[in-house]
Amino acid sequence: MQPKLELLDGELLEKILGEAYTLLAEPGIRVQAADAVELLSAAGARIENGVARIPEALVRRALSSAPREFFLHNRAGEPAVRYGGDAVHFDPGSSCVHILDPQTMQHRMTRTADLERLVQVAEMLPQYTAQSTAVVCNDAPQEIGDLWRLHVVLRHSGKPVVTGAFSAHTAPAMIDLLAADCGGRAALKARPRAIFDVCPSPPLNWSDFAAQNLVDLARAGVPAEIISVPMAGATAPVTLAGAVVQHAAECLAGIVIHQLAQPGAPVVWGGAPAIFDMRTGITPMGAIETAMLNAACSQIGKHFGLPTHGYLGGSDAKILDAQAGMETSSAVLLGALAGINMISGAGMLDSLACHSAEKLALDAEAIAAAQRVLQGISPRGDSLATAMFAQAGFAGEFLKLPETRRLFRTEQHLPSHLIDRGTLHSWEQGGSQDLFARARARVNELVAAYKRPELPKQIESEWKAILQEQARRAGSQQAAGL
Amino acid sequence: MHDDLFRAMRDSIVDGDPEVAARLSRDSIALGVPPLEAINRGFVAGLTHVGEQFAAGEFFLPDLVLAGEAMKAAVAILEPEMKKSGAQREVLGTVVLGTVQGDIHEIGKTLVGTMLTASGFAVHDLGVNVPFETFAAKARELGADIVGVSALLTTTMTGQKDVAEALERHGLRPRVKLILGGAPVTHDWAREIGADGYGEDALAALSLARTLLGK
Repeated sequence: MQPKLELLDGELLEKILGEAYTLLAEPGIRVQAADAVELLSAAGARIENGVARIPEALVRRALSSAPREFFLHNRAGEPAVRYGGDAVHFDPGSSCVHILDPQTMQHRMTRTADLERLVQVAEMLPQYTAQSTAVVCNDAPQEIGDLWRLHVVLRHSGKPVVTGAFSAHTAPAMIDLLAADCGGRAALKARPRAIFDVCPSPPLNWSDFAAQNLVDLARAGVPAEIISVPMAGATAPVTLAGAVVQHAAECLAGIVIHQLAQPGAPVVWGGAPAIFDMRTGITPMGAIETAMLNAACSQIGKHFGLPTHGYLGGSDAKILDAQAGMETSSAVLLGALAGINMISGAGMLDSLACHSAEKLALDAEAIAAAQRVLQGISPRGDSLATAMFAQAGFAGEFLKLPETRRLFRTEQHLPSHLIDRGTLHSWEQGGSQDLFARARARVNELVAAYKRPELPKQIESEWKAILQEQARRAGSQQAAGL
Repeated sequence: MHDDLFRAMRDSIVDGDPEVAARLSRDSIALGVPPLEAINRGFVAGLTHVGEQFAAGEFFLPDLVLAGEAMKAAVAILEPEMKKSGAQREVLGTVVLGTVQGDIHEIGKTLVGTMLTASGFAVHDLGVNVPFETFAAKARELGADIVGVSALLTTTMTGQKDVAEALERHGLRPRVKLILGGAPVTHDWAREIGADGYGEDALAALSLARTLLGK
C-alpha cells in the first residue's frame, strides 16, 4: 500500500472547484496571445478588453480531452518518467542564477561549467529520474540562453529533461533541438524526451509569451507543464484555500487554451505555489505552508484525473545547514505522500536563486528516504515473525538468518556515506568531517564515475547549426563563436 | 495645539486605515491646521514608527503597505490645500521606477514606490515590462535623480544591465543614480553592472535613495 496524504476534505475540495469555475467567468482570465484569444473566442468564450470569460462547459470539454497519463522517454527511447496515477518522480530545480561554489562557499554567478557539473551529478543519482535545465548560463549568449542550456543538458545526459523557454519565439527552436536528437518531430511527439514548464502570471493572467508557448507545444505534441505560481498574501489570497482556488483557475484556463490548440496533447497540472514571507518579501520555498499548498494543489489535479507537478525540495537557507536539511526533508516527504508525479526543486538554496551540486547529493538522500516511505510496510512472506523465531530462538541471532541477508536490502534504504551513522571514533578518525565536506566528497566521487553519453557527430553539428542560426537571428555578437 | 489630532493622524498610519487618515485630513483643513504641519507632525510620525517597527521585526509587510496607503490617502487631500496656500513639501528627489522588460512582477517595485512617495520623493512609476530605453527616456524627460529597476526573475535580471547601458548611451550617468531591486539581485550584481546600489527591501531602498542624494 502506497501511503497517501490528502489535506482537503470532500466539502472543501468542492468549494475550491466551485470558486475556481466562478473566477474563470468573473472576473475571467487575462489572455494576451493572439492565437490563444482566437481559439478561446471561436470556442465560445466571451473576450472583452483582453479578458476571456471561460464557461464551465468549455473547461469540462478540455478536461475530458486531456490525457490521464503519458511518459517521458530517455535518450534510448524507453519510457522513464510516468506522468499519471500516484507515480512520484524528482528532478533538480530550474533557472538558478547563482551556484554555491564548493571551494569558496560563496554564491556566485552560474556558468556553463556549473550546469555541466549539476547534470553530471543528477545523471549519477537514481533518485532523479529526470534532469532539469537547472541554471541560467551567464557565459552564453543571452538571446539564446534557453536553447543553450537545453543543449548543454542534452549533451551530458541520457535522462528525460524538464525545461522551459524564455520567450515565445525560442520555444520552436528548442523543439527543433530535441527533434534533432531523436529522429525528427514525429518521433519526438511519439516518444517525448522533454517537458516544457509554462507559467501563467499571477493573478489570473496568461501572458503573450506563456499562452503562445502553450499553443505551440500542444501543436507540436510536446508535453507542457503548467506552472501556476500563486504567492499567498501577495499575488494571491493569503489563505491557503484561497491560493489553491487561484492555482486551479489558472491551470484550468491554461488547459483550455492548450486543449483547444490540440485536443489530447499531453499537459500537466503543476505549479510552484508558495506563501509570501511577510518580513522579507521573498517566496519561502522551504516553508511548511508551501509544501501544504503543493500537496493541496496536486490533490485538485488528481481529482480531475490529470498528471500533476509541484515545486518542493528547495530551501531558503544559504548553505547546507540544518535548516536546509530540515526544510528539504519535510517538503520532499509531504510531496511524495501527496503522490505528486513530478517534484522539481532539489538542489536549490536561497529560495530560488542558488543551486548546489552538493545539495543535490544531500537531497537525493532525503528523496530516497521519502521513496522508502512510499513503499510502505509489507509482510514479505507468509509469516511475519514466527517462522524467523523458529530459527533464531531465544538466542535471537537474526543476523545469521538467510532471510535477513535476503531481505535487508529491500526493507532498509541504504544511504551513501554522506549520511554518517558511524561511531564517534570512526568519525574522528575520518577527520571529523561535517556534512558539507562529506557532500563535497560524494559529488567528487559521482563526477569521477560519470561518463558522457556518446552522441553521433551529425546530431552535434545539427545542434550547432540551430544555435548559430538562432543567435544570428537574435543579433547576438557571439553567434559566430559558438 | 491639536496634539490629539496629530496623535490620531499618527495612529491612522500605524493602523493602516486610509479612510480614517482621509477623514482626519479633512478635519484638519476645517480646523485651519496648516497642511504641512498635519503631514509632518501627524502622519509622518506614524510612518516613522511603522518603519522602525518593521526594521525591528515587529511589523510586517502588510503593515508597511497599508501604512503607505493611508499616507497616500492623507497626502491626496492635503496636497491641494498646500498648493493653495503656496506651501510646499520638500521634494527629496525625482525617481523613475519600473520592472524591467520581460518581467511583470510589481509587488516589490510598487512597495518601494509607496515608501519613497510617502517619504517625500516624487516618484514616476513606469509599471511593469518596461523597455530598457524607456527608463532612460523618462529619466531624461523628468530630469530624474534616480532610476530604480526591479527584476524578480533570474531570467530577466540581466535586463538591468541593459538599462544601465541605455542610461550610459543617453549620457545620463553618473549624474542619474541607478538602483536595483528584486529577489535574485545582489550587491555583487549591482557592482558588476556598475549600478549605484541595491536595496534588500523597501526600507533599504528608501535609505539607499536618501544616502545617494545626501538627504
